[in-house]
Amino acid sequence: MAESKDSILKKIGNYIKNIFSKNKKDKYERLEYASQSQLIWYRFKKHKLAAFGLTVLAILYFTSIFAGFVAPYTHVERIGDYKYAPPTEIHMISEENGLRTPFVYSYSKELDPETFQYEYVIDKSTEYSLKLFVESEPYKLLGFIPMEHKLFGTGDKDAPVFLFGTDNLSRDIFSRILIGGRVSLFVGFGGVFLSFIIGSLLGGISGYFGGVIDEIIMRAVELLMSIPKIPLWIAFSAAVPRDWTAVQTYFAITMILALVGWTGLARVVRGKLMSLKNEQFAMAARAAGASDFRIITKHLLPAFISYLVVHLTLAIPGMILGETTLSFLGLGIQPPAVSWGTLLQDAQDLTVLADYPWHLIPTAFVIVTVLMFNFIGDGLRDAADPYSSK
Amino acid sequence: MNKDDNILEMKNLKTHFFTDRGTVKAVDGVNLNVKKGKTLGVIGESGCGKSVTAHSILRLIPSPPGQIVDGSINYQQKDNKIIDLGKLDARGDTIRNIRGNEISMIFQEPMTSFGPQYTIGHQIMEAIMIHNPEMAEEEAKNKTIYLLDQVGIPKAEERVDSYPHEFSGGMLQRAMIAMALSCSPRLLIADEPTTALDVTVEAQILELLEELQDETGMSIIIITHNLAVVSEVADQIAVMYLGREVEFADSDQIIDNPLHPYTRGLWNSIPSLDGELKELKPVKGTVPDPINIPAGCPFADRCPEMIAGVCDQGNPPDKIEVEEGHYVRCFLYTE
Amino acid sequence: MGNYILRRFLVIVPLLIVISVISFIVVQLPPGSYVETYIQNLKNQGYQPDENEIERLESRYGLNQPAYIQYFTWMKNMIFEGDMGRSFVYKQPVSEIIAERAPMTIMISLMAILLQWIVAVPIGIFSARYQYSIFDYIVTFFGFIGLALPNFLFALVLMYFVYVHTGWAVVGIFSPEFVDASWSFARVLDMLKNLWIPLVVIATAGTAGLIRTLRGTLLDELKKQYVTTARAKGMKERKLILKYPVRVAINPLISTIGWMLPAIVGGEVVVSQVLNLKTLGPVLLGSVQSEDMYLAGGIIMILSSLTVIGTLLSDILLAWVDPKVRYK
Repeated sequence: MAESKDSILKKIGNYIKNIFSKNKKDKYERLEYASQSQLIWYRFKKHKLAAFGLTVLAILYFTSIFAGFVAPYTHVERIGDYKYAPPTEIHMISEENGLRTPFVYSYSKELDPETFQYEYVIDKSTEYSLKLFVESEPYKLLGFIPMEHKLFGTGDKDAPVFLFGTDNLSRDIFSRILIGGRVSLFVGFGGVFLSFIIGSLLGGISGYFGGVIDEIIMRAVELLMSIPKIPLWIAFSAAVPRDWTAVQTYFAITMILALVGWTGLARVVRGKLMSLKNEQFAMAARAAGASDFRIITKHLLPAFISYLVVHLTLAIPGMILGETTLSFLGLGIQPPAVSWGTLLQDAQDLTVLADYPWHLIPTAFVIVTVLMFNFIGDGLRDAADPYSSK
Repeated sequence: MNKDDNILEMKNLKTHFFTDRGTVKAVDGVNLNVKKGKTLGVIGESGCGKSVTAHSILRLIPSPPGQIVDGSINYQQKDNKIIDLGKLDARGDTIRNIRGNEISMIFQEPMTSFGPQYTIGHQIMEAIMIHNPEMAEEEAKNKTIYLLDQVGIPKAEERVDSYPHEFSGGMLQRAMIAMALSCSPRLLIADEPTTALDVTVEAQILELLEELQDETGMSIIIITHNLAVVSEVADQIAVMYLGREVEFADSDQIIDNPLHPYTRGLWNSIPSLDGELKELKPVKGTVPDPINIPAGCPFADRCPEMIAGVCDQGNPPDKIEVEEGHYVRCFLYTE
Repeated sequence: MGNYILRRFLVIVPLLIVISVISFIVVQLPPGSYVETYIQNLKNQGYQPDENEIERLESRYGLNQPAYIQYFTWMKNMIFEGDMGRSFVYKQPVSEIIAERAPMTIMISLMAILLQWIVAVPIGIFSARYQYSIFDYIVTFFGFIGLALPNFLFALVLMYFVYVHTGWAVVGIFSPEFVDASWSFARVLDMLKNLWIPLVVIATAGTAGLIRTLRGTLLDELKKQYVTTARAKGMKERKLILKYPVRVAINPLISTIGWMLPAIVGGEVVVSQVLNLKTLGPVLLGSVQSEDMYLAGGIIMILSSLTVIGTLLSDILLAWVDPKVRYK
């Protein structure tokens, strides 16, 4: 058994080595024939921070899409009598047997005779092994795949695993973060997609035709930009009826974010079009008798699609923060639906925070996500335009 | 040649740039002398290190990544004392007192040589008052107007209050020269002073420099890639290739009797000065990557007279004196 | 210069009109009219609405008329009588509530801008001058974090750490004994003691942006010929950098005030909510939640107008320091 494992590992190692050596050999040949987007991709991969950001985000998105499997509980499930339970410690060193596979102890609640407050006490009598693919109640992954296993757990109801502790309603914060990520992580795409449509349409019209149309659209953009965003979000959210379903509210918020956020993009599209249409190659195409449509699709679009992608990437974190802020203020996603913003609402109370600091953990998820998007955006910008210094 | 005649002597100067890609040996063993009251012309293709040489003298090389790694730049001060500029602290007071005062410099791009937010007059006055802190502002302003007038700026007393964007390129270069002359320097370094200007303006500027030299007796180093400029103004000429001077002589000698194959190549690549018609022959090939300079003579693979087995092996010999004061670095002239 | 200011003022008039339209749309946003919400609200509290009062409201604000007439009525009342409508939650005219709270909003915003500049300018100069030094890397790193950190999260985290380490709970601008006191030196001191957290929080994101902008422009400027020229005439390095490249790089920074202001005002709204400051922010939030729309619309109107006026002032400042802008 052990031998075969070794040989498999060796094979994998050789395979990886092969991939890399092949890459090296073909490198120059590949660079010579690479298209613009391939070149950008090569340069992007070299940007270490961006590659790191991409990896982290891939993990975040993956776990939140498959939260049903990864998270031990659902976002509304109240687990026994575990109110405000601290994060479960995972041990590797057993008091009796020394180093062993990861395990947890069970908690029990006891009244502190001096402060008259309940405190959690760890019961070290039994070691509950952490298992992968532990059996669970049947559920449907993504709403349609019947499953009877979760990624990890003890398989014992007496020893629950709360990676990030529980909240005032005995709900598992880790599970709530993963499931909340479905709203918070994806609201950015929706918002950016919508504002992309509005922004590139108006910006495109403005930039390509110029003149009076340009003047009107750009004044409007300037105006919207000079109004503070957050109050506007707040005001627009007043129009969202409180009795809408979570899905409806979600789309409404996406709409609000896009309606307020398209201006920057419109400006970018316009500015780039303006400068591109006077570039030599567009002139050359016009001189060669190409039609407007052909100039736009064949010459202008490829030249600025990379530019657009950079801006879209950098716009996503803004949208994510928008949703988080709104939900945090109680104007976005309404409980029992969950997003990172609603999770942080619980952290708003200083006394809760001081006693149960694990309520701040969702903060880390928001910051990391936004940071990673910024890294990727920076990497893309450097890759798409290697000559820009900023 | 009497050594005391030289105001500046560079020996084996090496200025290298340490970049991510590797070390760029921009200047790699330059030997040049500048005579008192005379003009030295330095000529070469772009990237040959002539500008870096000039910036090295005043210690204006951005550091990091640039650094003077070897050699000396001996400058003879007013009291005949000799100091090695290369050994000074680039941010110290000694070099600062020399800059703009004893040695001053004019640059290639007059359009960007002045800060955009102060008047021309203010910036020239500033140069004067840095080195003459006891001078009254009124006096400095009068001197500025005098200088502007001297370099041929009409209505100098009005233009002294103009901003740089209100001047043309030629006017700015004149103002730049006025600023360089403001403290009566003993050596003026002109780094491609006419490259960015029209041909007619170019002639005027060169004429102005010659006039000023006659009046003040200063020495001039003029750096250019333009042969016509050099042959017009220089008393001595140095030809640079890849960080080294390959030939150095009085201008008559080098113009009439170029020795190095590269110098000959340069001479052949421009229309003859006396109008005689002959076929133009550009120097073939391009300058090698300064990070990966091939072994042997750096010019070997472009050289029409390359001696196989010699030129591509060792470094060419240092300074062979073929006739009096006419030096060349080339295997063709080894005994 | 006078000409320039006049032109800028003329541009601002249509801007203010559009802002008023948007604010009025906000007033109209929630389903149901103001009076319906008002009646509903009274009923919820167990009061019977007074028929006369309702009639008076309807005629005063033209509530039975088409929306555009309502808009003009609203504008007319606002301009000629300073009446921006009534808040049924506060049972007070909107203008009174705003007048009470706006000064604190304005003060916090101005102080936040000041703080941003005081912190950002030296750091930006330093990290550009010593590019690729350890200091520069640290600044860049914190800049990334500062841009990624939303205001309310930062407020939470900071509040938590201050509380855990000092046991001091930050709530409000004044300590309890000073809340209703009249202005005195002690009260100002007390305010500064409490104000630094909201100020730091509001200023952080903008500071990171400012440093980035300044560092970027300064790096470009430092490479320019005129810096070498100035060096070649023997200027002292420190004086040279402050007098030439920094002076050029400050101009784009002034123009950033224009787009920084909306962010500051927005950040102020959220941070005030988290830290429970008596500014317009929490009132706006409360008014939206209870659909007290004249109040919400009024605050949006005031916040936006203040921002636009702030932008105008920064434009005038820019024209004053940079002669080239004036003549464009």
